[in-house]
Amino acid sequence: MNGSDTERDARSSRRAFLKTSTMAMAGGVAAQFGVLPAVHAAGSDEIRVGLIGCGERGTGAAQNAIESSPGVKLMAMGDVFADHIDKSLANLEKVRDSVDVPEDRRFVGFDAYEKVLASDVNYVILATPPGFRPLHLKAAVTAGKNIFAEKPVAVDGPGIRSVLEAHEEAKTKGLAIGVGTQRRHQAGYRETMKRIQDGAIGEIVEARVYWNQGPIWVHPRQDGWSDMEWQLRNWYYFTWLCGDHIVEQHVHNLDVANWALKSHPIGAVGLGGRQVRTGPEYGNIYDHFAVDYEYEKGVRVASYCRQMPNCENNVSEALVGSKGFCQANKYSITGPRPWQFPGQDNKPYTQEHTDLIASIRAGKPYNELKTVAESTLTAILGRMAAYTGKAVTWDQALNSKEDLMPSRVDWDAKLDVAPVAMPGQTEPV
Amino acid sequence: MYLSVFASCLLLAAYSLVTRSTISPAVPVTATPEEFKPYAETIPGTQVKFEMVAIPGGTYQMGSPATEPHRPSDEGPQHPVTIRPFWMGKYEVTWDEYDLFAFGTGIEKSPNRTGTTNSEEQQVADAITRPTPPYADPTFGYGRSGHPAISMTHHAAMEYTRWLSAKTGKIYRLPTEAEWEYACRAGSTAAYSFGDDAAKLGEYAWYSANNSSRPHRVGRKKPNAWGLYDMEGNVAEWVLDLYDKDFYKTINPLIPAVGPVLLPTEQEYPYVVRGGGWTDAAADLRCAARRASTDEWSRQDPQLPQSIWWHTDATFVGFRIVRPVEEQENLEGLKSKVKKLE
Repeated sequence: MNGSDTERDARSSRRAFLKTSTMAMAGGVAAQFGVLPAVHAAGSDEIRVGLIGCGERGTGAAQNAIESSPGVKLMAMGDVFADHIDKSLANLEKVRDSVDVPEDRRFVGFDAYEKVLASDVNYVILATPPGFRPLHLKAAVTAGKNIFAEKPVAVDGPGIRSVLEAHEEAKTKGLAIGVGTQRRHQAGYRETMKRIQDGAIGEIVEARVYWNQGPIWVHPRQDGWSDMEWQLRNWYYFTWLCGDHIVEQHVHNLDVANWALKSHPIGAVGLGGRQVRTGPEYGNIYDHFAVDYEYEKGVRVASYCRQMPNCENNVSEALVGSKGFCQANKYSITGPRPWQFPGQDNKPYTQEHTDLIASIRAGKPYNELKTVAESTLTAILGRMAAYTGKAVTWDQALNSKEDLMPSRVDWDAKLDVAPVAMPGQTEPV
Repeated sequence: MYLSVFASCLLLAAYSLVTRSTISPAVPVTATPEEFKPYAETIPGTQVKFEMVAIPGGTYQMGSPATEPHRPSDEGPQHPVTIRPFWMGKYEVTWDEYDLFAFGTGIEKSPNRTGTTNSEEQQVADAITRPTPPYADPTFGYGRSGHPAISMTHHAAMEYTRWLSAKTGKIYRLPTEAEWEYACRAGSTAAYSFGDDAAKLGEYAWYSANNSSRPHRVGRKKPNAWGLYDMEGNVAEWVLDLYDKDFYKTINPLIPAVGPVLLPTEQEYPYVVRGGGWTDAAADLRCAARRASTDEWSRQDPQLPQSIWWHTDATFVGFRIVRPVEEQENLEGLKSKVKKLE
C-alpha cells in the first residue's frame, strides 16, 4: 500500500469514520457501565447462546451476537418447525466455528423454548413471531437467563402487563435484557438524540413518524397445512401473532418519538383499514394506518404506516422543536444550532449485542425492556384507536382485557381467522 | 488517446470472423456497423423509454499513472486495452425503468388485458425472478421519477439487464470495468473526462463538494465528450467485474488486452463500482478510480440470509447498461450466479 492508498482511506471519511464511531460507542458503553474486562478467557464469561425462533431474523441475530464480541457460542436452538432449524444452521455456515448445536440441542415444537431454557445457555435470543414474546420473556426471566428479545415485545395489553412484570423480576435478579430497537444502538441516531436532549432544537412541539413501504412476503395456505401451521408460517397477517404492521414494524419509528420526547403518549385517535390486501391470504391485518398521538403538554405525534405497492414510500422521523428542526433518520439538525452527523454509521444489529454483552461482562447488566414495552404499547394504542375509530387512552390500552392469544395453541387447534376490525363497530376492550 | 472509427470498424470485422455463432437465436444480435448510431428504446408493454449512445471501439490506456494525484495503487499499472464498439446508456438507469422490473409496475399481466397472447419475449421476461420486496423504502426519500435507481445489489443490477434483454430481444448487460472506464474517459488521458482541474468538476458532476445531501435527476450536468451524462458522480455505477486490487498486474502491459474482464462468481462481494457518487470526494470521481462493494453496504439488513436484491446502506450506488454490437465470447449467456440459500 503506498501513500495514496492511505490517503484514499482517510479521504473516504465515511469508511474511515466507521471504526472511530464503533470504538467511540464501545467507549461510551464502558464509561456508562464500568470498565470492560481486558481479557475474555473462554470460560467463566463465555456467552452461551440459545436461539428461540430460528427464522431469518433469529438466524441473523445469532450471527450478529457471534460477531459482536469474542467468546460467544450458539449452543441450543428451538423452533416450532424443524425446517427452520435446518435452514438456519445452513445459513450460519459462515460462523460455524462458533456454532455448537448437536442434534440433542435442537428442539422442535411448542415447548421448544422450555427445552432451550433448560439447557446450559446463559443468553437467549427471543425471535419468534411477537405474539409469543411475553410468554417467552416471562419464562426466560424465571429461568434466570440474560435476554436479547426482538421487537415488538407484545401484541396486546395483557402481554404488555406480563412483560412489565418480567422487567421488574429481571431487575431484581440482575439480568441483562436488550431489545431489538436497534436505532438506540446506531451511532448516528445516538449522537442526534444526545443533541436533541441537550436542547439543540429547544422543546419538541411536534413529531412526524413514518413507515410507508411496499408489500412484504405472504404465504398462501397450502394443501395439508392445518390452521395452526398456516397461521404460523404466514404469521405476519394475523393480529394474535404479529400485532399488525403498526406494532411489528412501525414500532421502530414510534420508539424514536418516545426516545426524543422521553415519554409516551397519553392517548390517540387513528384511522386505518385494508384497501389493497383484501384476500384471505392476508389474514386480518390492515394495510394502512394514520394515528394522531397526544403526549403531555399538548405535544402531538403524527404517525403513518402503510404496506401497499406502487405508492409513495417513506421511512423516517421528523422532530419539530421550538428552536429548530431535526430529521432524525438523516441525523440532521437545522435551525440556530445546525448539525449533521459527520460520518458513517456502525452496524446497529451487531452493536446491540456488543453493548449488551459488554454490560453483562462488566457486571452492570442493563435492561431495556420497560422502554421498549412502552414503545410497543404506543403502537398497540394506535392500533386500538384505528381498529375502533374511538379515542383511546394510554391507560385503556395498558389495562386492556383483549388477550389475542388463542385459548389453545397446538397443531390441531381450530383457529378461525378473527374478523377484520371495523371502525365504529369494533369496540375497545 | 482517440482511435478512429475506421480502426474500430476493422476491429469489429476482424472480431466477427473469429466469433463462433453461439448466440441464442431468441436474442439475436442484429446490429451492423451501418446501424451503429444512437437510439431510444421503449420497454415493451410500457411507456418507459431509455436512450443509448453509440460508443466506437478503440484502444486506450486503462488505469492511471503513478504520478496522478490521489491515485491509489489498485489503479495500476496502466495497460493498453482494446474495446469493441457498444452502445451505452446515455443516463444512469432511473427508477422509471427499474421499478418495472423490481416491482412489476406498468407491465401488463400475463395473459394481458387485451386477451392476446403475450410475446415469447414477454414470457421469458416474466419467468425471470423479480427482487423480493425491500423492508424499507429503497429510494430513502431521494426521489423516484427521473432519479437514478439506487440501493440495488450487483446481482439485482445483473438480473435487471437479463430481464431487459428478454423484454427487448437485445443483449443488454452491465459494462465491463474496462468498457466503463473507456466510455468515461471519452478519449481523455487526464484524471477526469474534461481534464485534470478538479475545480471544474461541478460542471459535470454531483458530488460531495457541490451537493452533499442527495442524488439528483439524471442528465442535469454537462455530458462528457461522447455525450454520456453523470459518468462522474451522482451515483457510483456497477460494472460486471469482481474487484481485485491486483487485477491490472495480471495483464500484459505491452500488448493491448481485448475486452478484459474479471467475471462475476457466486460471491456476493466484492464487485466494482465506478465513477463515484454524491457522497464522494473529487478524487473518488476520477476516471480510473475503483471502489469495491462490501457487506457494510447491507449492515442494516437484519435477516440471515441477507437480501441478495437490496442493500440497506448503499444510497450512492446505481448503474447504467450497455449493449454490445457483437458480444464477446466469455460474456455470452452470462448471468449472475448469486443465489439465496433456501
